[in-house]
Parts: sequence; structure tokens; C-alpha cells
Amino acid sequence: MSKPIVATTSLAGCFGCHMSFLDIDERILDLIELVEFNKSPIDDIKTFTKKCDIGIIEGGVCNSENVHILKEFRKNCKILISLGECAIMGGLPAVRNNNAPISECLEEAYLNCVSVQANDEKIIPNDDELPMILDKVYPCHEIVKIDYHLPGCAPRADLIWNALEALVTGNEMDLPYEVIKFD
Amino acid sequence: MDKILVRINGKDYSAEAGKMVLDIATENGIYIPTLCHYEGIKPQGSCRMCTCMIDGRKMTACTTPVTHRMVIETQTKELEEIRSTIVELLFAEGNHFCPACERSGNCELQALAYRYKMMVPQFPFEFPNKQLDAKNSKILIDHNRCILCKRCIRRKKEPENPTWFVFKGRGYKTQIAVDHEMIDKEFDDELAQKAMDTCPVGAIIRKEKGYDVPIGERKYDKDPIGSNIEKGAKL
Amino acid sequence: MGNKKSPRSNPKRKNGQCSCNREFVKNVLEKYNNDPTRLMDVLIDVQEEYGCISDEAVDVIAKTINYSVAQVEQTLSFYHFLSQKATGKYAVYLNDNVVSEMMGREEIADVFEKEVGSKFGNVSKDGKIGLFNTSCIGMNDQEPSAIINKRIFTKLTKEKVKKIVDGMKNGLDVEDLPGTDVKSNILKQGPILIKDSVLGDAIKKTVQMKPDEVIEEIKQSNLRGRGGAGFPTAMKWRFCRDAQGEKHYVFCNADEGEPGTFKDRIILTERSQLLFAGMTIAGYAIGAEEGILYLRYEYKYMKEQLEQVLNNLRKQGLLGKDVAGEKGFNFDIRIQFGGGAYVCGEESALLESAEGKRGEPRDRPPFPVVKGYHQQPTAVNNVETLCAVAKVMHNGAKWYRSLGTLDSTGSKLVSVSGDCAKPGVYEIEWGFTVNEVLELVGATDVQAVQVGGPSGKCIAPNEFNRKLAYEDLATGGSLIIFNNKRDLIEDVVLNFTNFFIEESCGSCVPCRAMTVQFKKKLEKILNGNGVKQDIEQMLSWEKVMQSNRCGLGQTAANPILSTINNFRELYDKKINKDKDFISDFDLKAAVAESCKTANRIPNIGGDNG
Ligand SMILES: Cc1cc2nc3c(=O)[nH]c(=O)nc-3n(C[C@H](O)[C@H](O)[C@H](O)COP(=O)(O)O)c2cc1C
Ligand code: SF4
Ligand code: SF4
Ligand code: SF4
Ligand code: FES
Repeated sequence: MSKPIVATTSLAGCFGCHMSFLDIDERILDLIELVEFNKSPIDDIKTFTKKCDIGIIEGGVCNSENVHILKEFRKNCKILISLGECAIMGGLPAVRNNNAPISECLEEAYLNCVSVQANDEKIIPNDDELPMILDKVYPCHEIVKIDYHLPGCAPRADLIWNALEALVTGNEMDLPYEVIKFD
Repeated sequence: MDKILVRINGKDYSAEAGKMVLDIATENGIYIPTLCHYEGIKPQGSCRMCTCMIDGRKMTACTTPVTHRMVIETQTKELEEIRSTIVELLFAEGNHFCPACERSGNCELQALAYRYKMMVPQFPFEFPNKQLDAKNSKILIDHNRCILCKRCIRRKKEPENPTWFVFKGRGYKTQIAVDHEMIDKEFDDELAQKAMDTCPVGAIIRKEKGYDVPIGERKYDKDPIGSNIEKGAKL
Repeated sequence: MGNKKSPRSNPKRKNGQCSCNREFVKNVLEKYNNDPTRLMDVLIDVQEEYGCISDEAVDVIAKTINYSVAQVEQTLSFYHFLSQKATGKYAVYLNDNVVSEMMGREEIADVFEKEVGSKFGNVSKDGKIGLFNTSCIGMNDQEPSAIINKRIFTKLTKEKVKKIVDGMKNGLDVEDLPGTDVKSNILKQGPILIKDSVLGDAIKKTVQMKPDEVIEEIKQSNLRGRGGAGFPTAMKWRFCRDAQGEKHYVFCNADEGEPGTFKDRIILTERSQLLFAGMTIAGYAIGAEEGILYLRYEYKYMKEQLEQVLNNLRKQGLLGKDVAGEKGFNFDIRIQFGGGAYVCGEESALLESAEGKRGEPRDRPPFPVVKGYHQQPTAVNNVETLCAVAKVMHNGAKWYRSLGTLDSTGSKLVSVSGDCAKPGVYEIEWGFTVNEVLELVGATDVQAVQVGGPSGKCIAPNEFNRKLAYEDLATGGSLIIFNNKRDLIEDVVLNFTNFFIEESCGSCVPCRAMTVQFKKKLEKILNGNGVKQDIEQMLSWEKVMQSNRCGLGQTAANPILSTINNFRELYDKKINKDKDFISDFDLKAAVAESCKTANRIPNIGGDNG
């Protein structure tokens, strides 16, 4: 039987979850034995080259590109995992959700903020190549179906390891109390 | 004292008449999850977490006094589902960014989510537009995290009137409000600390005081909420 | 109050806030003995005088009764008709309940907005006219209807509204605006509505018996509460009489807030003497000297008339000292107004409100019969129940038992509205089937009947042969009829769900938050994004709603749950059967605002969310 294939990505996240992933330390070697990586910052494969078994998403969805990538992941992966608070509930980027409409955020960032310099034409970046910003930051599961959620900021390495191992080996997920944390 | 007999989860216990079901359960090492209850202040069943089957009906353990031969179920599958759903509702209703919260690790709401292994609420997040009120010199009030348990309001001050904390509005628009002027005048460090401790979540935060305990060593980081009660269970 | 015949004085505004005359507020407080438990009365009087309760007024009140400002606002902010913001010289509250919608509310609202020149939720720029929505005002038989400064305007048409707005612009007295008549549509009379009994007879008969004998007589009649729960009246009184207390109280629950119910309104306008007789009898039976009629604010227009009836009774010696000549039996009645909150119909919330607080239901036990008004034993009864009491005492329990069915004795007033030829109040004997009522009221092509208001259930034709009775289809007294042209989910269920969201007191988590989640699910389904899982999820939330403290929260999901159970095919038609996940996310809508702000054209590719 061929090895399960894993893909990962970071949407509106800080790469902290990926860092935590690497925190599984030497077990990463076991993991490499168990799985093959496809599209992922870990191996720098930029586009899906084949269908994957497990897709791991870090970060919430804050722009149209995030939406696109997330949907690509859903199309190409059998199982999708939301990893970390941002993917699960928007996380810190979503602090903007309850405070100001996106118009105010953009105006503050590009026009009104004291640190804005040399924007005499009062332009908010609008190049067609740029992703379009969403009205709020969305949790992944509000856009596509997500099969598993692994919380934490960043998620404990043991949580990631235990969950992945279970998925790969088909064993029941056994997540001890200490590893499920939101901070 | 009047001793009576109650049956909890199929086992008989003797109890003092007039005490609440919750107290009797706790005395006997049976943990019933709570949120709006706080030792020493008058109970008012608003969170509904402690809902039990009491003589066949759903009633809150924190407000229901025991009566002779009362039959109580504290932990059926249905009750546990009600409780975990309530926790999920509260996470969806407020703005709980735990990683940025002073209370993380010491928070009763979060601890209950851990106890119920909530990975994600089943409800869409509402991201309501709520404010952080820092007008006061002693405490700050973060409406984003307030679960409207009323513990702050119910904790009586002496003299009772006029009060510091109140409810404003109704329904989903309900918010707590405070009399800033009065708190500014009357609060010392001790009262500020007490207010913060009374709050189950990170909605009342004492100003001018930082973290004492690092993440990883806080109250609910290692042991689930309620385990101290369960450990005290008489076998 | 001194402003009987003129609209209230135009609030003088400072910085967009209204201001009040401190002296006036002080006088009002004085009138109620500076008693904090009469806070509702104080707030209502100030509100009516100025169209708002200014910060200044709040401050005066707080200082006088030794409350914090926040504490006064705590009560104030609970009630729909009390406001810290100006509501205008004329405050228009247009009913937005389902029958009002069915009878053309939307069009009426448009005309109001156009003629006044401002939107609902706001006051016109000149500060003259405020437009607001409100839930059912008890006029379902003559919709669309509105309240303007305590007056009721019914059967609104485009032309009427134009005239009303013209009148307001010209500063007419509210009484002189066209269309302010409320009809008592009594379409079937029974023992309560028929005007036969000689007033006072019932009371005179009562005081010749011992209180215990009165309770026994009521017990023999098998009378059960008409407020919805159907609790045996004699048993309630027995508990109350036996409870220890310094004082006992009788409350009449005239909050009538259940949308579609207006039968108590008819009693209050046509048969208030019977009601007051019933309260007096209750007072005698439980040993109370004070009776309080808790009247919903929407019925404020009845105040003068009811006060007059009370005065007449006092003159006749049927209220006051030594009632009906019975030495030592002193009993009087006062009217307590609510401030606009459906939940205050729940008996313990009603008592909280009457004590000047927020109308939050209490934990039970203890029950009001043991610890009620001011923590004293209190019997709370519905308007109709108390009328039935007077009838039982007048004609005897045996006669009463001869009416209705074995388990449901006597008559029942039902308020019928919606799609039928003759909306109004029908006093029927218990045991009538839904079909029989439908025939009486001239309803054809009926799709569904809402029995007992939103908190009751929505039934389909296969249940129309059921009997209205405690043992079969219990009802507090309202039937709303929907014909086959109505979209039950979109027009009815959504409206009812919004009602509960607005009216939850906010105390219990499931009531406050789950109602909102129910609505979101409903909208997802209505948006065409529903899947089977969504329906199943809603069904699974029922048990959580059962954990709420009071009947409001326990029944708040009934509109949804009972239509899923009885009209499942309507939901199935709206969902996508072959999918197990559909997101409600709409990429186009989500990027619209940021693109507009950045001045760019949204560029949405093929896989649009
Ligand atoms: C949300 C809610 C609203 C209620 N509204 C009313 C009402 O408007 N009128 C009424 O008589 N009872 C109402 N009730 C029922 C009362 O709590 C109480 O049962 C009733 O007044 C008792 O009177 P009865 O025994 O004569 O029926 C309501 C209950 C709930 C839970
Ligand atoms: S109050 Fe509790 S649940 Fe809310 S953010 Fe803080 S730690 Fe998390
Ligand atoms: S501030 Fe804290 S104690 Fe007060 S109601 Fe909110 S959560 Fe409860
Ligand atoms: S069920 Fe709803 S209305 Fe009743 S007490 Fe609870 S929150 Fe208030
Ligand atoms: S703890 Fe009992 S209802 Fe909140």
C-alpha cells in the first residue's frame, strides 16, 4: 500500500501552527516514514500534483485567494483538518470582525493612520492581481466542509502528532486532556 | 437539623433539608457543571449548565432545594449534550479570542469547553460588535467575553443600594453596565480583585496588575474543572 | 397626569438628547411616595410627558430613591415603550406581527415612511414624529394597527395613514386623528360575554360563605386557569391561602402578550365589572386586601374607563372597606401598567415588573403562591379565569360543570384571526373541534392553524378534528388561520422566531442565544443552502430549549419544531437532498464592500462561493 499523502497550507495565519507541527521533534522522522508530503510549505511544492489523503489548513479565510486555496484543498484532499485557532474561529485576524467594517479598516490602514506616508493620491491598493479582502475573517468550516478541528494557538505538538498518527494508522483518536487547549 | 433522604444517580444520600441539590451533590463528590453559580452568592439559574433531571423534570441544581425522597439524575447523555451545547452557544455568541485573553487557563467557560472536548462550536460565530470599556480606573470590562452570568451583579455590596453592576437591555442585546463614578470612588485593590475573581471569564479585569502564573500552569491547564470535587468523592 | 387632552409637550432637545423638567420628575416621584418599587409608574409617567426619559430625569430619580444611575437604567432599558432617546411628539408604534403583515403592513409602513420622511426606528428631523415597530398589540381582528401616544389606530389603509400623518404634522390632538376606534368584535356570546348577571350578586353570595367554602365551590366547578398553563384555580388559591405571610395579594394577569390573543381586551372593555368581581372573590378566598390588575402598556387607552368602573364599585360599596357589607373584609384594586414586554405575562416576571424591576422570571420554587409580590403569598390569575370565578360564584359550580367537557368545564373565549371572513372573539364551550370553529368564522382553503399563539403549535388539516380542551388541544385562547397561499416558513415561522428573539428576557443562555441560532438556520434554508443535516440539527436543539427557566424559552422553538413535525414536506422542498454540506458563504457579497472602498471591480472567477 502506498503512503498516505499530506498537503498543508497557511491562509490568514502566522505560520505558528506549522512551527508547532515541526515541534513534534524527532517524531517528524517517523512521520516521513508514514506519509508523503505534497503541496506544502514544508517541501515547497506550490500546486497539487496529485490527490491527497489529508489536507491541513492553518489560518482563517480573509481574502478571495484564501477562499480559492481552501476550495482547492477541499477538492484535492479526502480529509481536511482545520489546525489552530485562526482556522477554527478566525483567531487574531478576526478581531477586526467585531470592531469595524472592512471599509474603515482599509481607510485606517492606507489613508488615515499616522504611519501612512506618501500616499498623496489616497489610493487603497486595487491592482487586479491582488486578492480581494473579505468583509470579515471566516473560519474555514463556514466555507467548506472540514472533517477535523485541532485547536490551540499554537496547537500542542502532541495534539497534532496524536491526531495525525490516528488518521494515518486508522486507530481511534485518543487526545488527552492536556493537549486540547485554546491558548 | 432536618435530615432527609435523596437519591442521586441511583444511590441514596442523606441530606439537610432546604439545601440546594447542587450543594448536596458537591458534598458527596458528584460534580455538576456550573457557570453562573458562585459559592456564597445567592443563586439565580441563568446559565442552565447545572440542569439535572429532578423528579423527572429538567430543573437547575443550583436553585432547587432538596426535598425528601427526591430523585436526581445529574449526568445522563441528554443532560451532557445540553451542557456542551450551552458552552458552544456561549463561544459563538461572544468574541472569545482565548490566545489573547488574560483569563485563559483560569477561565470557567474555557475549562468547560475543555472538559467537553469542544474542538469547534456547532454554531456559526456571530462576531457581535461589542466593546471594551476601560473608562474605569480600577477595572476594565470586556463585553466581548461577558457571558451574562450576573455573578458580578448578584454579589451583594454593603449597603446594598445603590449597586455597582447592572444589566441593561434585554434578550440578545443584554449587556452588563456599571456605575463608573461609584466604582471609581468605592473600589480599592481588594474590591477590584474580588470583582475579577467573581467573574467566571475574562470580562472583568483588574487594572495595573499583570499575569502571575504562566500558561501551562494555570488552574485548568492540567486537571479538568470539577476534578477536585470528583476526587473528594466518598467511595 | 395633567395632559389628558393634548399630545405630550414637545420634548426640548439638547445635543440630540431630550431634557425634562426636574420639578415635574420630582412631583411624579412624590406622587408615588418616592417608592423604588413604584419605579415603573414613575418611568411611564415621565415617558408619557416627554416622549423620553432624559439623563437628567434618570439622575433625579436615582438620587431620590437612592439608586445608582445604572440601576434606574437597568429597569428602564428592559421595556419596549420606555426610552432614553427622544421618540417624538407623536410616537407611532406599528404592529409587525404576522397577521398585521398578512393584512398589508408592509405597504402601510411604506406610506408612513414616505409621508413622515423618515425611516422606522427613527424620529423625523423636526423631532415631531417617531416611527417604531412593536409586536402584537392585541388587535389581530382589525389589522394593520398602530399605537400613537396611547391611542390605538386600527384597520389602517393608505388613505387613513396619509390623513393621520397630515394631522400629526398639523399638531392635532391624538384623539382628533382619524381612525382611532377599537371594535369589540364579539361574534359568539357565552356565559362570560353575555350581559346577564346583576353585578355584585356574586360578591354578596361569596361573602356569606367562609373562604374555605368559596375555594371548595371553585374546586367543585373544576375551573382551570385560562392563562395557558391550565392550573386548577382552587388548588392555586388553597396553596396561597395556606401560605404564611404578612399580607396576601391577588394579581390579575392582563398582560395578554401572546400574538394573536385579544380576548382579554374584550373582557376589559366590555365586562370589566365581572373581572373586578372575580378579583374581589379571589381576595376574599385567599385573605388578601389588595388586588392589582397588571395591564399591558398597549392597553393604556383603557385606563380612564377602568378607573371609572373601579370608582363606581367603590361608591357601591363593592370595593374598599367592609366590601358588600361584610365587616372586616377590606379589598381594593389598583392598576399597574407594564412597559412593553411579552415575558411580563409570565407570572413571576409580572411580579418583578410590578415591583419596579426588570421583568425577569424568577427561579421556581418558590412559587408566587408562597413567595410572590414583595415575597408575600400571591395568587396570579388570568382575566378570563377571574371572570369565570365570578360566574361560578353567581350560578354555582354545578351549573358551571354542565358546560364543556368532563375535564374542561365551562366556556372558553377564543380570539380568531388571520385568513377568515369573520375575525373576532368567540365564546365557545370547551370541546368544540377546530373544524367547528373554522366553520363558524368562515375559513376556507385552510393550510394551517396556529393554536395558542407562537408558543403553541401549528397544526395541519389532519388534526382539525381535534377538540379544544385541556385533554386534547389546549389553548390560551388564540387561533390564527393561514390559507394555502401563505408561505408558512417564510411568512409565519420566521416572524414568530423573530418575536421570541426580541422578547427573551436575556437571562438564560439557550433562550437568549439559541433563538438566534434557530433563526440563522432558518435563513440558511430559506436562502436555498439548507441540507437535511440542518433540519436534524434543529430537532436536536429541542432538549436544550427545554432547559430554559420559563415558558418563553421552553416554547420559543415551537414555531420551528411544530412545523418541522407537521409540515416536514415544506422544509424538504427547500433543502438540497443530495448534498450533505452547503456553505452559506457568498463570495460576491463578501468582497463587495472592500472592492467598493478600494475602487475596484470585483473579479470573481469560475468557482464563486
Ligand atoms: C412567556 C409567558 C407569557 C405569558 N403571558 C400570559 C398572559 O399574557 N396572560 C396570562 O394570563 N398568562 C400568561 N402566562 C401564564 C402565566 O404565567 C400564568 O400561568 C397565568 O397568569 C396563571 O393564570 P391562570 O391560572 O388563571 O391561567 C404567560 C406565561 C409565559 C411563560
Ligand atoms: S473569557 Fe475564557 S473563553 Fe473567553 S476568551 Fe477568555 S479564556 Fe477564552
Ligand atoms: S462581567 Fe463577568 S460576572 Fe459579570 S455578568 Fe459578565 S461574565 Fe458574569
Ligand atoms: S426562558 Fe427566556 S424569557 Fe424565560 S427566563 Fe429564561 S431567558 Fe428569560
Ligand atoms: S449554575 Fe445553575 S443555572 Fe447556572
